[in-house]
Amino acid sequence: MNSLRLKIGRFLKDILDMFLQDMGELTRYWDHRFSGSPESVALEAGVFFKAFGGLFLRDLRVLTREFLPFVLRVGMQPLLFLFVFTFILPRMSSGNPMAVAGGADFGTILLPGLMAVAIMFSGIAGVALPLSSEFGITREIDDRVMCPVPLWAVALEKVCFSAMQSIVAALLVIPMARYIPATPVRADVHHWFLFALVLVLASLLAGSLGLVIGSTVNPKQIGLVFSIIVVPITFLGCVYYPWAGLKTIPWLKVAVLFNPIVYISEGLRAAVTPSIAHMPWWAILVALLFFTAALGRWGLRGFMGRVLS
Amino acid sequence: MAKQRVVALEGIDLELKQGEIFGLLGPNGAGKTTTISIATTRALPTSGNVRIKGIDVVKHPAHARRLIGVVPQFNTLDRSLTVYENLYFHCRYFGFSHAHAKSRSLELLTQFMLSERKDAYPPQLSGGLAQRVQIARAIAHRPTVLFLDEPSAGLDPQSRMAMWSAVEGLRVEGITVLLTTHYMEEANSLSDRLAIIDYGHVLALGSPEQLKATLGAHAIFDLKLRSQEGLEPLVARLKARPDVTSAEVTAEGLRVIAAGSDGLLPELVQAAAGHGLRDLQITEPSLETVFIQLTGRDLRE
Repeated sequence: MNSLRLKIGRFLKDILDMFLQDMGELTRYWDHRFSGSPESVALEAGVFFKAFGGLFLRDLRVLTREFLPFVLRVGMQPLLFLFVFTFILPRMSSGNPMAVAGGADFGTILLPGLMAVAIMFSGIAGVALPLSSEFGITREIDDRVMCPVPLWAVALEKVCFSAMQSIVAALLVIPMARYIPATPVRADVHHWFLFALVLVLASLLAGSLGLVIGSTVNPKQIGLVFSIIVVPITFLGCVYYPWAGLKTIPWLKVAVLFNPIVYISEGLRAAVTPSIAHMPWWAILVALLFFTAALGRWGLRGFMGRVLS
Repeated sequence: MAKQRVVALEGIDLELKQGEIFGLLGPNGAGKTTTISIATTRALPTSGNVRIKGIDVVKHPAHARRLIGVVPQFNTLDRSLTVYENLYFHCRYFGFSHAHAKSRSLELLTQFMLSERKDAYPPQLSGGLAQRVQIARAIAHRPTVLFLDEPSAGLDPQSRMAMWSAVEGLRVEGITVLLTTHYMEEANSLSDRLAIIDYGHVLALGSPEQLKATLGAHAIFDLKLRSQEGLEPLVARLKARPDVTSAEVTAEGLRVIAAGSDGLLPELVQAAAGHGLRDLQITEPSLETVFIQLTGRDLRE
């Protein structure tokens, strides 16, 4: 037990070290940028933000061209899920085992879960899929890599853009949950700040996960990754049941703590449907921050490795 | 898994002058692409540095990229954007405002005769057209140095000519151009100066004419004779001439290597007539002969 604690401690320390090292590089970068005269400082910072904005605009242009496929992609799954589990099944004979198992509150349990799935999938579809093809034989990423910004900014832009998509995707689920279920969903957002914070952090986390997958997985195997990583972490991500509900299966209750999706769904549960039992909000925020930093760091390393030779 | 350490470059030391077109000539695997990758911040050298306008490319890559334009070996145009948008967003990446990026893109479309295809997507373009878009995109932000990596690889002869004239056209803008190639004609006709590199070393440096002259690029005369008897006095007489480097009897006749062919040719023909001259082949001095003399191998190997 002691050695395990030691190992975990060392692991945490390593991550903290890496983080501090990154911050060091970052500040050195800004130091260099801002070491010139006041005019050149304004110019440099201006170029940085404009270039970042340019990258964002490019992605926005590409997205508007396929806006309908985007909406269908992110909307279809929660739509069908809500329709089947909260509309069709409850209307079947009252003895339907599926509906009984879910309980009358199933819609309420499902809402944050489906938002989490929407965030996850658009995070991965928004970063991993485009990156894996741009890193593939076409090397389309080359022109963006040659922007006058550091490489990490190019990766960060990808994550931010996908986070924006994730937020839209998550918000799309709310009206569906309002109108589709047979029994009303008890959504109650009065911690607006917590809701916004969880939404943004969860979306950045999903984008970082996408960055890891997109930059470390061979493009040919991206489909395989979906079935062996994305689907399992979704199903075991406390999406269709609250974490507290796992009390009867203690080993699973501990095991799922390593799954970042758990904190996305529990976080949204805390923010959107607080009436359902959920983890304490501070633990959720710490875990979200931790996983975002760790995955972001890992993904960035992969990204740099793919770009630089 | 241990990575095999490959030394691609070993002491390349070059200085480019503002506004010149500089060629890096060498066979495949000579280190041309590695040189370009390092100079364009795409690869990190184990040692050494590259400076553009005094800015260290290795230490300050983000800053240096503003001074660099790159036309890579392969088509890396953004396939999700039209030709016009490829140029427009490239300008935006470099901090141009909307209006400025728009006018610059339209200007480039005209300059490179691409206006008709401005709404086409990259996969719809022929190799030559795509290459022109890539050049236009690379110079859109008005870089100091343009890097062209094997610009004519995979182009048909006609597109190659069009590409050459596009590069020639850049002289007007005062952009310094560094191009790599393993085509002799390309290096010869485009470059003001060129460096011949092989196995990561610079073997020779100068203008094409200089290289041909100072490296003693010689014309090769191959004579086929009916009779090889009594050639020795002729060989001795030829060797005595100052412009002849070597003269030797071959299986079919005689091979003479000499600088310049002015006075030599009539004399050779006259002297060989007595031995039954049936064929004469002259290989003029070229970068190809220079290259073979320097490396002992053919460029296209």
